[in-house]
Amino acid sequence: MAEPPAWTCHPRGTTIDIAALLLPVLVFAPLAGSIAAICLPSRQGTEAAWLSGLVAFLCLGISVYLYLHVSHRGVIAWQVAWIPQYGLNLKLRMDGFSWMFSGLISAIGLLVVVYARYYMSSSDPVPRFFSLFLAFMSAMLGLVLSGNLILMAIFWEMTSIVSFLLIGYWYQNGQARDGARMALTVTATGGLCLLVGLMLIGHIVGSYDLDAVLSSGDAIRNHPLYLLALILILAGALTKSAQFPFHFWLPHAMAAPTPVSAYLHSATLVKAGIFLLTRFWPVMAGTDAWFWLVGLAGLTTLLLGAYFAIFQHDLKGLLAYSTISHLGLITVLLSLGSPVAAVAAIFHTLNHATFKASLFMAAGIIDHETGTRDMRRLSGLFRYMPHTATLAMVASASMAGVPLLNGFLSKEMFFAEAIETHKVNLLDTVTPYVATLASLFSVTYSIRFIHSVFFGPPPRDLPKVPHEPVRWMRVPVEFLVLACLIVGIVPSLTIGPLLHTAVEAVLKDDTPSYSLAMWHGWNLPLFMSIAALIGGVILYALMKSYLANSVEGPPYIRRLEGQRIFERVLVALSWRWARLVEAKAGTRRLQPQLRILAAASLFAAAIPLLHRGFQPADIVLRGIDPAFAFVWLIGMACAVGAAWQAKFHRLAALVLLGGAGLITCITFVWLSAPDLAVTQLLVEIVTTVLILLGLRWLPKRIEGATKPEEMTFGVRLRRLRDLLVAVACGLGLSLISYTVMTRQMPGTISSYFLERAYFEGGGTNVVNVTLVDFRGFDTFGEIAVLCIVALTVFALLLRFRPASDSLEKPMQQQVQNDFDDRHPDRSKGDSISDYLFVPTVIMRWMFPAIGMLSAYLFFRGHDLPGGGFAAGIAMSIGFILQYMAGGTRWVEERLRIHPLRWMSIGLLVSTATGLGSWALGYPFLTSTSRYLHLPLVGDVPLASAILFDLGVFSLVLGATVLILIALAHQSVRAPRAHIRAPRPSGTEAS
Amino acid sequence: MSELLIIWCMLLAQLMLGVAMACTLYRIIFGPRAQDRVLALDALYVSAMLMLLTFGIRTANTIYFEAALVIAVLGFVSTIAFAKFMMRGEVIE
Repeated sequence: MAEPPAWTCHPRGTTIDIAALLLPVLVFAPLAGSIAAICLPSRQGTEAAWLSGLVAFLCLGISVYLYLHVSHRGVIAWQVAWIPQYGLNLKLRMDGFSWMFSGLISAIGLLVVVYARYYMSSSDPVPRFFSLFLAFMSAMLGLVLSGNLILMAIFWEMTSIVSFLLIGYWYQNGQARDGARMALTVTATGGLCLLVGLMLIGHIVGSYDLDAVLSSGDAIRNHPLYLLALILILAGALTKSAQFPFHFWLPHAMAAPTPVSAYLHSATLVKAGIFLLTRFWPVMAGTDAWFWLVGLAGLTTLLLGAYFAIFQHDLKGLLAYSTISHLGLITVLLSLGSPVAAVAAIFHTLNHATFKASLFMAAGIIDHETGTRDMRRLSGLFRYMPHTATLAMVASASMAGVPLLNGFLSKEMFFAEAIETHKVNLLDTVTPYVATLASLFSVTYSIRFIHSVFFGPPPRDLPKVPHEPVRWMRVPVEFLVLACLIVGIVPSLTIGPLLHTAVEAVLKDDTPSYSLAMWHGWNLPLFMSIAALIGGVILYALMKSYLANSVEGPPYIRRLEGQRIFERVLVALSWRWARLVEAKAGTRRLQPQLRILAAASLFAAAIPLLHRGFQPADIVLRGIDPAFAFVWLIGMACAVGAAWQAKFHRLAALVLLGGAGLITCITFVWLSAPDLAVTQLLVEIVTTVLILLGLRWLPKRIEGATKPEEMTFGVRLRRLRDLLVAVACGLGLSLISYTVMTRQMPGTISSYFLERAYFEGGGTNVVNVTLVDFRGFDTFGEIAVLCIVALTVFALLLRFRPASDSLEKPMQQQVQNDFDDRHPDRSKGDSISDYLFVPTVIMRWMFPAIGMLSAYLFFRGHDLPGGGFAAGIAMSIGFILQYMAGGTRWVEERLRIHPLRWMSIGLLVSTATGLGSWALGYPFLTSTSRYLHLPLVGDVPLASAILFDLGVFSLVLGATVLILIALAHQSVRAPRAHIRAPRPSGTEAS
Repeated sequence: MSELLIIWCMLLAQLMLGVAMACTLYRIIFGPRAQDRVLALDALYVSAMLMLLTFGIRTANTIYFEAALVIAVLGFVSTIAFAKFMMRGEVIE
């Protein structure tokens, strides 16, 4: 590689200037706009459109400005460390090629916003549309600008997900849902492959940095893992760009609103695969594997797409297959491995985006103004909408490759390259013929698009009377069609320098000399074009009457649709096979499941022992504290008792369990783990209340209802086996624990943390500093999991329907209520308030005391036992106590209990703390600590981790309260179920 | 002299607390009524708290008081929950 010119900004970012700082703006401004748009009320579509338009205009302005920095092989980069240990940095990088794409994305984005403003009906939630639109724009810009492979994969996934949401925008429509699901399944599977492929590339190169990757082409091509990486990356690119055999999702994605199709399925999303192939073209192309894989996929797609397009009746279906075919064309060009072909590929990417976006918009106008997109019903629209018709005609002429238009230029370049021999094999030989045939088909479907819609007799019984659309809906189309014309007539004056910038960025020193001119003389490509044009016209004339009445889809191979195969596979995978496995291997009985689980873990644990041998340390009994030995005996007795009582006496077992838990806590204290002891004690209390809440809904034991099992030989054998498994597991676990604990650990990390806790984390409680600082990211993940679990429990309990025998009020309440009813001087509920009079006062008055305890645990957490988690649980116990004292209704009339809000605030605060360190230029979740001097109080230690801990506190409090309250609410809901339940006992099923 | 006194007192106290815990254990396991078990568990909590305090005094380390404090302030909550469950059949109405 040649030395970069001196004036190039070095990618390492030593000369960060304004230009580099604009890159994050380019990516994150649409994201911010997206968040702003979703906050708008659903009626304010116009405001959302203005917002999106301004954001798109800003992006376009930035892109235009940045041209100065990227022309002549300039590269600008902006980088922030994210997880530098793993080579993952938030690096945005722009060269000529990604500049071309960002210009395309923002320019077409702006036009589509203008179009969508008038296309979207005000009865739809328009702000949601624009919010998703901007999110997609952000993802797409991020994808083309990312300078790190992993970041690229992240943005890639983001485009898949947002496009899923956009395709399914009209989610009340079944087709839209199916199309969205199919698109997501295909592209996300591809994205997963891509991620692995990119990681392989990173492994080969030794860095995820795009610049490093782009400069080590030979190393990649000669590496033994090259083929695997290539296949995986192609799986990503070909699924995204709807290449055969993954093309089938694109026609089904046409259920999306037309602006989405115009944006995603012409200019941006489907071009992501092309972008990827072109990006890696310099380092991966040129091998036989590349030629065959990419070429075969591209050539098949080119031909089949064009052929299928002829037989579509839906305007958008035709355009979708045409898109597939044109993407195939670009893929073929990229497969050839010659620099001129790559130039043609980049050029055609631009041209296709312009004419296809305008055609989609025209199709949308037709749909909007007539109410149908079926070409069999449409005809003679020229007399109603002459302007739109003219625009559509020019654009589809460009699609067909008629001279004087931009489509012609890149198609000529394609023909010229197809004729050339690149590799001597069959595929290369058939390319020119396939190219001409596909071009012929494209002429046919382009004529069909125009002729069947705009010419012929006036249409009959259309849903609406057709007319021209509003002025501004046509402006974007006019703009794009004008671009087609100008580029087609004077290419070297208009698009020439821009294209050259993009080409130079990809090809570097291999940049070939090429000429962008309309007229290259009477040569073979021109004859191929003429043949295709004439052949296409003749073919259309022959097929016209057939097409007017045929069923959708090409004859004979109609049934061979990718979609059907896809659905078959999905049904087989997710339904039939899953059912089969469930029927053969699954069981709904708890005992066999537990048996398998225990046996499997026993087996897994035994393997290393058998392999490596086992020498337990000698048991040395010394320094035993008699008091604690005694306490342990009590604990053991409790644990065994709990197991013994668990089957029939749940309450007794729960009490015993409480005893065992308490002894465990004392053990923690004795083994110098006061943090653990405090937390475990709190958890113990909450768990007891939780299980008691659940006990209410468990079926009662009815004496004599089930006959005691006959103690046959089989039963004895089964019980003996279960006992053996249980004893073996228990013994094994204690043996492992014993062995681990009696070993001297060489160089554990605890000494590391012990040394650094105060100086780097600013706290003397090592456990807490570890949780909120050193291992803050782990804690962050854990609280997120806690949040998810709490929400899941909440959601499951919403659907909870108690068994019929636990529907009625508990027997005790019935008796007490009866007593109250029978005595005229008592009203219902007097019994309980009499009984609980003193306890209730104490429980209510304990609330502030518990709040104090919680605050105490929280604030001393960083230096002494305690912390956000313990404080959160303590506070939640305070709330539960109020519920127990006064009942659900009493509490909720007086206190504002919003566990969901607390949880989200907690998560947001933790995230914001983490991001705060990011904004200051440190890695995620770096904390700082210093002493703050307060008057009267003196020096107060202050660590930023306390904010993080505050988030933990709020989240834990919310999660615990949410789960407990969701269970408690079942009693309030029960009366309604109770009213529904009584039916004549004979009719009651199950 | 006073040091020795404290050490012996603490040992004695711990032994007696241990015996108390054993007594509560008997009630927890053999009942006979659920109320007996719950009261016994409450007594076990109190004994455990005192045990922690004596342990802290013996080792001259205040860090154990934290757990004792938590038992003292919140230990009664599970007893209340049990009591409510037995009296009304459910913990929160």
